Amino acid sequence: MNRRLIEFGVVLFFASVPFWLGNLYYLHILITTGIFIIAAMSLNLLLGYTGQLSLGHVAFFGIGAYTSALISIGFDLELTDTYTFVFEPKPVWFSFLCGIAFAAICGWLIGKISFKVRGAYFVIVTISFAEVVRLVALNWIDLTEGPMALNNIPPFTLGIPGLWELTFFKKEPNYWLVLALCVVSFVIVRRLVQSRAGRAMIALRENESLATSVGVDVTKYLVLATVISAGMAGAAGGLYTHYIRIVDPDVFLFIYTVTMVIMVITGGKGTLLGPIVGGLIFGILPEALRGLAGPEVQWVIYGILMILVVYFLPGGIVPALSNWWRQREDNQSTSSPGDAAPGTAS
Amino acid sequence: MLKVEGLTCAYGKVMAVRDLTMEVRQGELVTLIGANGAGKTTTLKAISGVLPPVQGRIEFDGEDITGTSPRTVLEKGIAHCPEGRRIFPYMTVRENLEMGCFLRNDANAISEDMEGIYVRFPILYERRAQAAGTLSGGEQQMLAISRALMSRPRLILFDEPSLGLAPNLVEQTFDIVEQIRADGVTVVMVEQNALAALELCDRSYVLESGEVTLTGTGRQLLKNKKVQQAYLGG
Repeated sequence: MNRRLIEFGVVLFFASVPFWLGNLYYLHILITTGIFIIAAMSLNLLLGYTGQLSLGHVAFFGIGAYTSALISIGFDLELTDTYTFVFEPKPVWFSFLCGIAFAAICGWLIGKISFKVRGAYFVIVTISFAEVVRLVALNWIDLTEGPMALNNIPPFTLGIPGLWELTFFKKEPNYWLVLALCVVSFVIVRRLVQSRAGRAMIALRENESLATSVGVDVTKYLVLATVISAGMAGAAGGLYTHYIRIVDPDVFLFIYTVTMVIMVITGGKGTLLGPIVGGLIFGILPEALRGLAGPEVQWVIYGILMILVVYFLPGGIVPALSNWWRQREDNQSTSSPGDAAPGTAS
Repeated sequence: MLKVEGLTCAYGKVMAVRDLTMEVRQGELVTLIGANGAGKTTTLKAISGVLPPVQGRIEFDGEDITGTSPRTVLEKGIAHCPEGRRIFPYMTVRENLEMGCFLRNDANAISEDMEGIYVRFPILYERRAQAAGTLSGGEQQMLAISRALMSRPRLILFDEPSLGLAPNLVEQTFDIVEQIRADGVTVVMVEQNALAALELCDRSYVLESGEVTLTGTGRQLLKNKKVQQAYLGG
């Protein structure tokens, strides 16, 4: 009950931000940070809960972005000399869902292929996958416009054309949209990791051979985690594409994956709040530093801060805080006797 | 109850078990003894379905379970307590026990079983909310055994339950194994400590480079010259 109230309060606080922030540029930073937080949450599902590092996670993000962009602006493909496949533009809510679905399908394929081999091999497969997708986006100019980028992507719209439509032109509605999807993603991840499937994933991370011997189907749960994670990353990509309204092959750059990994690890991998805390800090920090120092110094400070976090809080910020909190509570309640007797356990 | 015939297992090209035949009857406590690399662990892995055998046939209650998944084997009633790290260190004690009944969905019976475990091992109840990695070696072993029991097995495969434990805890572990057998669960145990294994068991199989070289009751083997020389230090 109390916890619910706190959660509600936090969401309400974030929802109120556009009313008092008063600076559209800051709001823009919060929107992109929110999009990255969704991506980081999806990565956390793999890295934090199953222990598999996807270093090509940006591929799913980019696939979601490109798929949603292409379906919403339409495209045509010359399949043969005489036949051209023409795809009419579709509403954005539909293209957005297609982006999620296609990213999830790619996640399923990658999962199926690479979970026969795990650990380092999964890392290599995901890196290569992201690079291959980037090259496709760069060179398949007929479809993706290559380095010229896809322009004039429509903004997010909800509703039925002709009857009632809500178009997210301005920053504020986009902010709320991103916030809403952050909440949805958070709830999905939380429900998943607290379910039987989530328990199985954690068991795999902790001790794979033991997990097998208690009857956990290793491949099944790893693939499930990859599919959900890829779908969420695709959703983040779709949000990004309809907010920025231009998408080029640079969305596949390795640095974005690294940013997600930094967010997850500094925040605390394998914790629900970790990617959010890490995402907020390392999403806002570069912009916050910009006012304080020159571009050279800015990234030096960023780097030093990151090293300090990893050095002093190796488990991440969230686990460190919750440990500190628990110790404080323990100290307060050392005198209270233990709870119920064995008979009441269930 | 369990019949293994002509079992051959290999890791790539390396043969680990060759033409092994053994039998376990209902209610028995059977041990496998032998030196490092004799194929004891491999045999257990083949039975539990973790390692598909190259050849041979494994039968449980008259049913062929050769090469089925660990999940199926577990559902049939065989629990495997593997060697090495036997717990999920960052899960709580309670969650570890819950993992033991991952395949069960009879919530009432599960909580009954869990209470049974807590009554048998009160220390686990005390530490139920603690991360399992913070338990002592002996407590971890208790937890591993309890977890195996949570699947309500009719046959438990123990792989070196005494490995890495202090001598008094080794004895305690063997006591637990005996209790479990007294409760009517059939036990197959791999053990390096040949003396203890032979004293405890009904029957034993001696393995040498992947083959059964001797078999008999614990008492017979204790008196056997070859066994005395090779495994009992004299």
